[in-house]
Amino acid sequence: MTTNIQAPARPGETTAIRSGKKTGVAPGLVLFAGWLIPGAGHLLQRMWIRGLLLLASIFGMFVIGIALQGKVYQLGTGDPLDMLGFAGDLGAGGLYLLARICDLGHASVLVATADYGTKFIVVAGMLNLIAAVDAHSLATGRKQS
Amino acid sequence: MTLTHFSAVLLFSLFTSIVFAITQRSEPKMMIRFGAFCFALFVGGTIVASWAMWAIKH
Repeated sequence: MTTNIQAPARPGETTAIRSGKKTGVAPGLVLFAGWLIPGAGHLLQRMWIRGLLLLASIFGMFVIGIALQGKVYQLGTGDPLDMLGFAGDLGAGGLYLLARICDLGHASVLVATADYGTKFIVVAGMLNLIAAVDAHSLATGRKQS
Repeated sequence: MTLTHFSAVLLFSLFTSIVFAITQRSEPKMMIRFGAFCFALFVGGTIVASWAMWAIKH
């Protein structure tokens, strides 16, 4: 199965041939924006369709998780599983911060479908991290656009 | 909001497949193919696992 991440240049092969084209936006900014707002890293690089699809997917997943009364993890409970859940939730960036500020979600799972909601929120966070790293790879030229 | 188990699977598979397709492939045509592949695997795998659990119980 092929991947889009390019291998280091082989001996005798110029890096310029194998590397993708840089987009001209600061990679650090792209990474931070992509984490804070889903899809923003791609939108900053004028990849409108990709950015909007990522925004719709990750935002939709997070909102459905909240609507299903999913649990929003918090730091400091001392439970290792809660810490992992917090790390996953934190990947959603601005959505997680907004959820905490507005006190969205539930502190504990009360109904069966709420467990699905909890998983939706965590997975939305992890998908957002993948999207932000992808935007960073595009900005550095590591991935072809 | 309430979802059936199957509709939750469909939504999860759809959103996850879109993100995987965009981030794991470079060309639009390959993104669509990979996204459809992921979606089919998510949904198909869930159905197979469901029947397997049913068979174990019975």
